[in-house]
Amino acid sequence: MARIGVFVCHCGSNIAGTVNIAQVMAAAQTMPLVTFVADNKYSCSEIGQTAIREAILKQKLERVVIAACSPQMHEATFRKTVAQAGLNPYLLEIANIREHCSWVHSNDKAAATKKAIELVKMAVAKVARHEALFTKEIGLTKKALVIGGGISGIQAALDMANAGYPVILVEREPTIGGRMAQLDKTFPTLDCSSCILTPKMVEVAQHPNITLLTYAEVKSVRGFVGNFEVEILQRARKVDASKCTSCGICWQKCPEKIPAEFNLGLGPRAAIYTPFPQAVPNIPSIDLAHCRYIKYQEFVARGEEGKKPPQCRICERLCPPQAIDWEQSDQVLVEKVGAIVVATGYQTFDHTRYGEFGAGRYPDVITGIQLERLLSASGPTEGEVVRPSDGTHPKTVVFVSCVGSRDERMGRAYCSNVCCMYMAKQAILLKEHDPEVQSYIFYIDIRAGGKGYEEFIRRAQEEARAIYLRGRISHIYQDGKKLIVRGEDSLLGRPVEIAADLVVLATGIEPSAGAKELAQSLNISYDAHGFMVEAHPKLRPVESRTEGIFLAGTAIAPNDIPGCVAQGSAAAVKALAVLSRPSLVSDPMVAIVDPLRCTGCFACQRACAFNAIDSQVTRDGKTIAVVNESLCKGCGLCVSACRGVAMNLKGFSQQQLLAEVNALWR
Amino acid sequence: MALDYQPKIVGFLCNWCSYAGADMAGTSRLTYPPNIRIIRVPCSGRVDATLVTKCFQQGADAVLVAGCHPGECHYSEGNYHARRRFTVLRELLSFLGIEKDRLRLEWVSAAEGKKFSQLVSEFSAEIAHLGPRKDNGKAAGGSL
Repeated sequence: MARIGVFVCHCGSNIAGTVNIAQVMAAAQTMPLVTFVADNKYSCSEIGQTAIREAILKQKLERVVIAACSPQMHEATFRKTVAQAGLNPYLLEIANIREHCSWVHSNDKAAATKKAIELVKMAVAKVARHEALFTKEIGLTKKALVIGGGISGIQAALDMANAGYPVILVEREPTIGGRMAQLDKTFPTLDCSSCILTPKMVEVAQHPNITLLTYAEVKSVRGFVGNFEVEILQRARKVDASKCTSCGICWQKCPEKIPAEFNLGLGPRAAIYTPFPQAVPNIPSIDLAHCRYIKYQEFVARGEEGKKPPQCRICERLCPPQAIDWEQSDQVLVEKVGAIVVATGYQTFDHTRYGEFGAGRYPDVITGIQLERLLSASGPTEGEVVRPSDGTHPKTVVFVSCVGSRDERMGRAYCSNVCCMYMAKQAILLKEHDPEVQSYIFYIDIRAGGKGYEEFIRRAQEEARAIYLRGRISHIYQDGKKLIVRGEDSLLGRPVEIAADLVVLATGIEPSAGAKELAQSLNISYDAHGFMVEAHPKLRPVESRTEGIFLAGTAIAPNDIPGCVAQGSAAAVKALAVLSRPSLVSDPMVAIVDPLRCTGCFACQRACAFNAIDSQVTRDGKTIAVVNESLCKGCGLCVSACRGVAMNLKGFSQQQLLAEVNALWR
Repeated sequence: MALDYQPKIVGFLCNWCSYAGADMAGTSRLTYPPNIRIIRVPCSGRVDATLVTKCFQQGADAVLVAGCHPGECHYSEGNYHARRRFTVLRELLSFLGIEKDRLRLEWVSAAEGKKFSQLVSEFSAEIAHLGPRKDNGKAAGGSL
């Protein structure tokens, strides 16, 4: 019979302050098969772990229960500890008497102690039924996938590629660069965004270790850490990238003009286009929804009567290297990778949901990112800030903060982190562009926590003479050429009315469209807003809960550029820690079939989402189920589907779980 | 029933969402009544009829099964299996003379510590209100 050791952790006063450790120890002494009980001030400390190792050796312990914090916290730590003392690491069970007991029952010490004793009893009953389990080595693909080519994804891809590992960078748009490419200058240094971003974009395109797939989307991901199989949809540009010289004749001559997404509708683009002049790759794409020739083809295909639309094909005729390829079609690429970095970024909140700000009716009520395009020397107005309505130069500009942030009404309780800073930046830049501009900034609180940020706010106030008014805007309406902004100065406690030429809404950050769907196909969790959830908010901030999938940038939460770059690098290091291993170890907690009990009904196979159940013919000619251990993820659905009690799950066996239940009434 | 009647509830929590959600309740120091005993399972879909009926056979006043929200299952669709099984199990319970409401299925994500603590408080109060089991099974309740 097994000799079980029970170690009760004080966790300083975290457990001992609520749970009576002595009583738990005394109760543990009387539990079946327990031959040794000890306590530890901090079990996870080196001293604590040494004490456990020594006790295992001295007391010849064969199984161990550690009553401490959540297994999510330290199960891996303690598995190593017991393994160092020569025990199989799976002959360990954790009783969670901190998160599930002392921390939630601090108001009732007697009940907490009683509960802790029962939790230990359950763990003892379960560990008695543990079996030694052994890991297997599995191979891995030493290649990474980065989803999203904004600054976070670029940084992650470059760091991994520079470490010598091949990287596939997939970007949905026709160019990499992301939101940062749309910005004019960056706070708090006011260095130009493109000047620091474009060299990195070029480095990505030229890097021998990076395969850049733009205008492409990840369709599905299967497999597990080290061995993911990814389906990527490469959309047809209708332009042969190997021939195109990026001369630009096509988009200059294309007669079809539509509002440019990159400039948020502030200027036109052609149906064949690159989003901006420094796009990487600088290969134009044909926008199928607007190209005249495509429309013509569709018209012919429908076989409709009437006047045919023009065939156009001007780009094709004028293209010097004959790069236009109408035959090009969407392609699905299948790639094997070992680790994935998700950096899908953000989009801005749709301010038309605010009726009081005009719901998008007033052309001179613009968003922060639209102002970035107006300020940018490569923007639609070449850096001249003008009112979209009449092209005049605005002199009085009102900024409205927290549009779609910190507003429960809009279902956005969170702070978007960057708006306070970019409003200050824009006020400074407006003053630089035109010294006659007077900015008014309506704020709720000024959030300027970063390095050099508070000083920057002061600069906006003192040098750019921006007037900060604390309060919400109640109403904006057009009065002749002016926009009347009504609000409250909550510090003076009186209403304010400003006749503005331009109103800038600091629209908040929300996850990119499609981020949720991607998270679902990657099997990673996301919060109520669609932001990806970290494995631990403090200690594992760039890992998802799924092994081998890492997170970076505004896909996790609103963040500024330095934060995104840091997360990109951090995610790269985490991914490299997977890729640089010679092999991975498989989780031995997988399903197992009892061949004598299996009747070959294959209910398990139908329940399994991972194709991990194969069939096998036994020597006596019976067809039974068999588990493919490298595909099994250990969910146990097959166990509950099995009618013949033939299927079991190692580590969470029926006997172990029933023992836990029974222990509660023993 | 005396006011000090304390029901005993067994909670099967999936490792990825709900167990972590219960941890989050602890990390956030959200108190709830000490009536629940949590058993960690890899997936809510791992919980079968045997486990649930064993709890009631032993004398549990209620059983909670909690898993990831629909669409968020770590194993893609384990929680859907749990949901289908739950419907059948509730019928089985009433066949056994046990109130259906003594079995509850809930979705609790890793971030929903508050939801978990509220759920346990509410469920404990509901079961306490329901009182000890009235079927002829093993003596219900018992001291905690």
